[in-house]
Amino acid sequence: MEITGWGNYPVIQADGFSFETTDQLNHFLKKTDTCIAYGMGRSYGDSALNHRVVFSRRLDKILDFDSKQGVVTCESGVTLADIINTYLPGGWFLTVTPGTKFITAGGAVASDVHGKNHHKAGCFCESVICFDIMLPDGSIVACNRENNPDLFRATCGGMGLTGIILTVTLKLQPVKSSNIRETIMRCQNLDVVFDLFERYESTTYSVAWIDCQAKGENIGRSVLMVGEHADSGNLAPPAVKPSISIPFNFPGFCLNRYSISVFNHLYFRKNPGYESGRIVSLDTFFYPLDAIDMWNRIYGKNGFTQYQLVLPKAASLKGLRAILEKIASAGMGSFLAVLKLFGRENDNYLSFPMEGYTLALDFKMQPGLFPFLDILDAIVLDHGGRLYLTKDVRMKRDVFINGYPRWKEFERLRTQEHMKDKFNSLQSIRLEI
Amino acid sequence: MKLLILGANSDVAHAISKKFAKEKKCDLYLASRDMALLEKKTRDIKARYDVDATAVSFDAVDYSSHKDFYERLDPKPDGVILAFGYLGDQIKAQEKFSEAKTVIESNYMGAVSILEIIAGDFEKRGSGFIIGISSVAGDRGRQSNYIYGSAKGAVSLYLGGLRNRLSKKNIHVMTVLPGFMRTKMTQNLELPEKLMAEPDEAAEDIYRAYKKKRNIIYTKWFWKYIMLIIRNIPEPIFKRMSM
Repeated sequence: MEITGWGNYPVIQADGFSFETTDQLNHFLKKTDTCIAYGMGRSYGDSALNHRVVFSRRLDKILDFDSKQGVVTCESGVTLADIINTYLPGGWFLTVTPGTKFITAGGAVASDVHGKNHHKAGCFCESVICFDIMLPDGSIVACNRENNPDLFRATCGGMGLTGIILTVTLKLQPVKSSNIRETIMRCQNLDVVFDLFERYESTTYSVAWIDCQAKGENIGRSVLMVGEHADSGNLAPPAVKPSISIPFNFPGFCLNRYSISVFNHLYFRKNPGYESGRIVSLDTFFYPLDAIDMWNRIYGKNGFTQYQLVLPKAASLKGLRAILEKIASAGMGSFLAVLKLFGRENDNYLSFPMEGYTLALDFKMQPGLFPFLDILDAIVLDHGGRLYLTKDVRMKRDVFINGYPRWKEFERLRTQEHMKDKFNSLQSIRLEI
Repeated sequence: MKLLILGANSDVAHAISKKFAKEKKCDLYLASRDMALLEKKTRDIKARYDVDATAVSFDAVDYSSHKDFYERLDPKPDGVILAFGYLGDQIKAQEKFSEAKTVIESNYMGAVSILEIIAGDFEKRGSGFIIGISSVAGDRGRQSNYIYGSAKGAVSLYLGGLRNRLSKKNIHVMTVLPGFMRTKMTQNLELPEKLMAEPDEAAEDIYRAYKKKRNIIYTKWFWKYIMLIIRNIPEPIFKRMSM
């Protein structure tokens, strides 16, 4: 069968294995050479791709829920959407949610995903109490911060390279409403948006949409959105079906520097200079792109990649300005660019966030893109930053090892536990981890 | 309300269990063979919907155990959903009678054995409902799966007769005819993507039809028209086609 990541690049031939019980998985692992777990296929690049993949989607059972503490134990293939739909009516929401709810709990752990409240709540795994994982020899190990702490730190953000995550126990946060009270601010340039991010540091959620084609004085022109859970209102679960669907791959020419520039311009203009106290649904606030089913198809059949970097706070202004200048002058354009100020980094070996600014932007696959991204990589490394493995499809080994100083501890564990013989993705092979 | 799901380990059965637990807040008996898997599904229902769910061991082809199985259920169910089935391998079934026998027994004979016991009880109590999952494969014999198709065809006929009998006692019998679904039963088959349905979609259809007390439903809806055409192709032409 053909499989691919969310970026629709690369598309590869693979054998897929589906299972429902741990015995079936154990049996499979004994006879297979190398494989990687594949959940909802929302990782952008090749981190869940290999010629043999283990589909986790049949592990979709919720095993336990403590309605007093808001603690849920589910199998790794349960989606975040499923958790929200099931427990939001009772007043519980994810402590940390990324920008899509169509990912599995296992995937959220493996990528140690982050959301708009990273500066307050940290990564997804900060809300993970424990998990069960199957190791290369088929044994099942229960992991938390006290028992098997090394395996815990390696697996959270470990891109599925330590084993097959089977169950996840997760703390939800109580909410009084399924709405968010949002404040929107238009920012003329990078200085202004940085200033506002820091001023709103005590607000729970914050993120900015940034126009990557603005130049000169306007570099970093953006719209900052901050929000808090509303105090009252209904707890109705969000609508089940996406409202629009992209039925096929758009022709490649639909997105070019002119159409993107028009889009960004309109987006910037559409938002008022300042608007406070707007009430929006959780879906609108957290998952605007989930409303468009298969939005990745707008980039055409050649696919796209998302480039997400983080720079240490002190170097962020200078570094981001340099990167944005390069992007604007290269005219390689990005439809969607997101800027956010992260809080402190955690001690998981390969978790992406560090204290500083992160920028995420999409690039349509096109000739000259990878050499261009190599140039950006150099700027990122010069400023002490790194790239997000979950988005990556092309970074080179030195970019990885310079960006992730704890890679050696990860590597040591992988060698020691024979994980290298069993769990590999195209990404791990490329990065030689 | 208490519901008995026979063949509760199937993907469609689990989707139906979830739908009824969610909408009707009913307690469930989940019956199947693989108890470890069933235990997991029981936990899933309980963790999601705050209803009671009990795993009970049931083997469709162990006919002699059926009477005991049903007698041990206390309280007795108010409704039953029959969802067990075995697709088997058509080629293997042509070559080895044991495979054909398994297909016929686990789809048809098992259904007759357990449903007669339940129908008798419902009739005596004067209440209850039965939802039986058959298949579009039972609408016309085709070379690619006529062993399974004939067993399911017999199930459809059986349910029709049961409906006729029990309607006098105000007991509703619904026949469900699913087309291709994305389940573990079909995961190794190459089927047309556009016609595939998710188990959740089937569960929605079935629940809606249950509320409306429909007699026979196709899921998804377009199978009604596909099968209308397939049933009406004249036999001299049909026999030459490869379906």
